[in-house]
Amino acid sequence: MSSFFLPAITLWQRELVRFWRQKSRVLGVVASPLVFWLLIGYGSNDLARFYSGALVLTVMFSAIFSTISIIEDRREGFLLSMLVSPAPRTSMVLGKIAGSATLAWIQGLIFLCFAPLAGVRVDLVELIPIAAAIFLISFTLTGLGFVIAWRMDSTSGFHAIMNLLLVPMWMVSGSLFPMATAHGFVKWIMWVNPLTYSISLLNFTLHLPNATPGPMESLIVTAAFGLVLLLLSGVMAAQKATRSAA
Amino acid sequence: MIQVQNLTHRYGDRVALSKVSFEVKKGEIFGLLGPNGGGKSTLFRILSTMMVPTEGTVTLAGHDVVRAPAAVRRQVGVVFQTQSLDKALTVEENLRAQGHLHGLSGALLTGRMQAAMEKLGLSDRRKDLVETLSGGLRRRIEIAKALLHKPQVLLMDEASTGLDPAARRDLSRHVESLRSEEGVTILLTSHILEEADRCDRLVLLHQGSIVAQGSPQELRSRIGGDVVVLETGDSASLAAGIEQRFGIKPAARDGQVRVEIPNGHRFIAEVVEAFPGAIQSVGLHKPTLEDVFVRETGASIE
Repeated sequence: MSSFFLPAITLWQRELVRFWRQKSRVLGVVASPLVFWLLIGYGSNDLARFYSGALVLTVMFSAIFSTISIIEDRREGFLLSMLVSPAPRTSMVLGKIAGSATLAWIQGLIFLCFAPLAGVRVDLVELIPIAAAIFLISFTLTGLGFVIAWRMDSTSGFHAIMNLLLVPMWMVSGSLFPMATAHGFVKWIMWVNPLTYSISLLNFTLHLPNATPGPMESLIVTAAFGLVLLLLSGVMAAQKATRSAA
Repeated sequence: MIQVQNLTHRYGDRVALSKVSFEVKKGEIFGLLGPNGGGKSTLFRILSTMMVPTEGTVTLAGHDVVRAPAAVRRQVGVVFQTQSLDKALTVEENLRAQGHLHGLSGALLTGRMQAAMEKLGLSDRRKDLVETLSGGLRRRIEIAKALLHKPQVLLMDEASTGLDPAARRDLSRHVESLRSEEGVTILLTSHILEEADRCDRLVLLHQGSIVAQGSPQELRSRIGGDVVVLETGDSASLAAGIEQRFGIKPAARDGQVRVEIPNGHRFIAEVVEAFPGAIQSVGLHKPTLEDVFVRETGASIE
């Protein structure tokens, strides 16, 4: 039992220690969504409408930065020694995803401090479901980042995927315009986009408008998406390599 | 301790290793010597269970690398060519994390960490962040890290890359004491002759195949006597001239003619006399592993 959890906990802890020692990273992750949000929000005189989207973008940036490091870390870094240790690959995946998700969550919580600007008032009790929702979204996006990064040879490939897949996925998730007003095929894309359900979940917990699809549906889809990505990450990492992993 | 049988590996159509077989005995320091691209890295990745070979079998400490990678990993310590340390963590934190990967914890791990740091002269640096340390120290941390779980076999990939000669000698000293004091079997890859010379036995790898194996002494003794290297403008015609006149077959390469011959000093006098003006410089040395490699493959190691 300890041979499964000890490596996972160690990896998780490593992410936190590294993060604490490089605190300026927070600025890089939180600053750009904050600027986007303030510009678009003030410009359209509707800060509340774009708040959840900006928070999810913060979480997404953090998740991407953490998982992109897998690519380098595996060739030249700590992950290399994990690959030749007897620790199960699944425990490594769990530790890495939990660690990166925790960082994304912390940065999401930092962004939450700007909620009053959007006119959101949060009671202390309400913080619990909000924090839980942000954690679930962090976990999901980290899982997505892991699945993409694991097979990648270079960080430039990841950047391409980020621009062609992740950012567009965010754009049509209800972050910029609600599903109700979407046109044509984009509406269909929004309907199958798991991120739509994440935004809706946040809107619901923050009492912001456009909390559609409904809360139960949003919760189930987000959680299921996260679970599928976690399983997929585990399966991918456990595969034997005939080419070199590093 | 290590058995490699008929090992072949292909990346798509490209053959990286072809029918490689050798055996390493317990307590040996064994070298894989060859130029970059010769197959060393592929072989290393297979030995360290990072990659599954196309054909052939490898057993380490009695376990098959393909069928029982977890068992192999428990008995093997790996030192990579690239860094495998977390630079944002201290020496101690790196070692502790590594111990946890092997399921070690508590007083047992602390004891192992102290012993490893002492052995590699890292004790006074244990609180330092890795990013503040020199290349030589980092290598020693890598070794300390690889030894925490008391492996029977230590695999080292180009471990002295990027180190200055002093740090390299220091590293060799540590490796030697691991073998003599702990009985660890060591397999290392290198393209540095001086390092290969300190191995008990070695194989020369070229284009994925073993071209020679034995102790450095045995390999060198394949060349009788001395090696004479003549620098010249036209190596082909000088080589032909020497063959005709002395009845020996020299190896000609761009601008160089190499002759293996007993009593090289006498030959030098005669050859310079025989081809006045054709020779720009003359060198004489006892056979090195480089000479053996050139003789077997026609190519150079470095």
